[in-house]
Amino acid sequence: MQIFDVFLLEAIVNGILLGGILALLALGLNLIFGVIDVVWICYAELIMIGMYAVYYLHNVYAWPLWLAFPACIAVVAVLGAVMHQLVIKPVLSAEPINQLLVTGGVLFLLQGVATLAFGVEFKNLGISLPTLQVGEMYLSFARLIAFVVALAGMIAVYVFLKRTYLGTAIRAISQDRSIMPLMGVNPNRIFLFTSALGGGLAGLAGCLLVLQYDIHPAIGLTFGPIIFLVCVLGGLGNMIGGFVAAFIFAQFISVGGYFFHLEWGYVIAFLFFIAVMFWRPQGLFGARS
Amino acid sequence: MLALRNVSAGYGSFQALFDVSLDVNAGETVAVIGPNGAGKTTLLRVISRLIDVTAGELSMEGKSLGQVPAYEVIGHGIAHVPENRRLFPRLSVEDNLRMGAFLPAAREKYAERLARVYDLFPRMQERRSQPAGTLSGGEQQMCAIGRALMSGPKLLLLDEPSAGLAPVVVQSIFEVVKTMSAEGYTVLIVEQNIRQVLKVADRAYLLETGRIKSSGPSEELLGSDEIKRAYLGL
Repeated sequence: MQIFDVFLLEAIVNGILLGGILALLALGLNLIFGVIDVVWICYAELIMIGMYAVYYLHNVYAWPLWLAFPACIAVVAVLGAVMHQLVIKPVLSAEPINQLLVTGGVLFLLQGVATLAFGVEFKNLGISLPTLQVGEMYLSFARLIAFVVALAGMIAVYVFLKRTYLGTAIRAISQDRSIMPLMGVNPNRIFLFTSALGGGLAGLAGCLLVLQYDIHPAIGLTFGPIIFLVCVLGGLGNMIGGFVAAFIFAQFISVGGYFFHLEWGYVIAFLFFIAVMFWRPQGLFGARS
Repeated sequence: MLALRNVSAGYGSFQALFDVSLDVNAGETVAVIGPNGAGKTTLLRVISRLIDVTAGELSMEGKSLGQVPAYEVIGHGIAHVPENRRLFPRLSVEDNLRMGAFLPAAREKYAERLARVYDLFPRMQERRSQPAGTLSGGEQQMCAIGRALMSGPKLLLLDEPSAGLAPVVVQSIFEVVKTMSAEGYTVLIVEQNIRQVLKVADRAYLLETGRIKSSGPSEELLGSDEIKRAYLGL
């Protein structure tokens, strides 16, 4: 009986750790959607690029990790801004379905480019972080780091949005885009900045995930659908909702996987998602109106 | 201060303003009156560059605004309180006011101007951390005016500040306009509430179907047969 409880506790703790990283992933997508009103279907592919950036800088060019990580964040932030300028800006006033398709096109483009440039074989940093023993539980140190850094990143974004003029403008523009010029705000600059910030968060996520996963061109598909589901579950564009939904979703995956089988955790989480969509199509916490 | 010379403008193929000439001098309170759909709101949106001028000249303190992007107009000292106030409903009152001080030059004077706005509208200080969407109509109007004042404008554009407000509240909004003109603000106000606005304005223009029909000192317009018959029901 004693052993049983410890494994359950371990699953719950692992769920919390997973929730932290899912919340970080959802934040970037929600931020971009909230401000620009376009869902970046290719968001997880930015994370994939970030993971490759760390791998090449660290393992091929021998940069130390403390330098490769910030460089990765910067690279993906720039990629986010480029994504807005080249892909989103021309379709800003287009039908939502067209905007969705365009970002879907970027998903396949990035996957294709990654396959050509980096090959299909799995790569990893070759670093194995220790496993931590807490009482009778065994926890992955990489997951613990990911959780703490993701949380710190989200707090930093929260403080930025609440305390600065630019952050206030980002919150304001999602509520009334057309009067922003009357405040002296150039909407396109806010869009560019938000895209870079969303990209930077994807870069940060890439740094954290590369410590846990092998890198391959289709790794984005591992996270992409889950990020999207978490955002919809919390109410698309609702950052607080996405944060809470990430932890709920992660518990379903982790504890569901404990009671049945690892893969069943995902099935149960998706079933929960579908049930919520019948009950509250706008998400648990309501979408941005 | 503000000058429009033979300005025409519209939305796509629909022309809303024809050959409008209008001046606002420093320290004046000028009203633009006229019926619904006359083009009053369009006129203010043209001045803020939210709508392009198709013909004519628009200038502020001698500088042409014709090619200036909308987000730079406030930097020329023009603050626009739009129709229906257009506050950010889920931002707090104070965050709304902060947005008014977005320009770097205004940020430096944020604390000073915030104190000034709270002085003018004590109610805003009481509600400063409340979402602006939960304010009453009159309070929202005060918040919208406060937001415009945070930029330290030379010219304040007010679009129908009394629209949709209870009569008692309308009274207090016109009191605010009066206070501001007494404090030396230059104001261009658009209103359907003609009797009230002519009491606070120095001069007025009558706009009908996109054209200036007449203009003059407020008392003169109040006394004119045209206004009396068509708008005041006398």
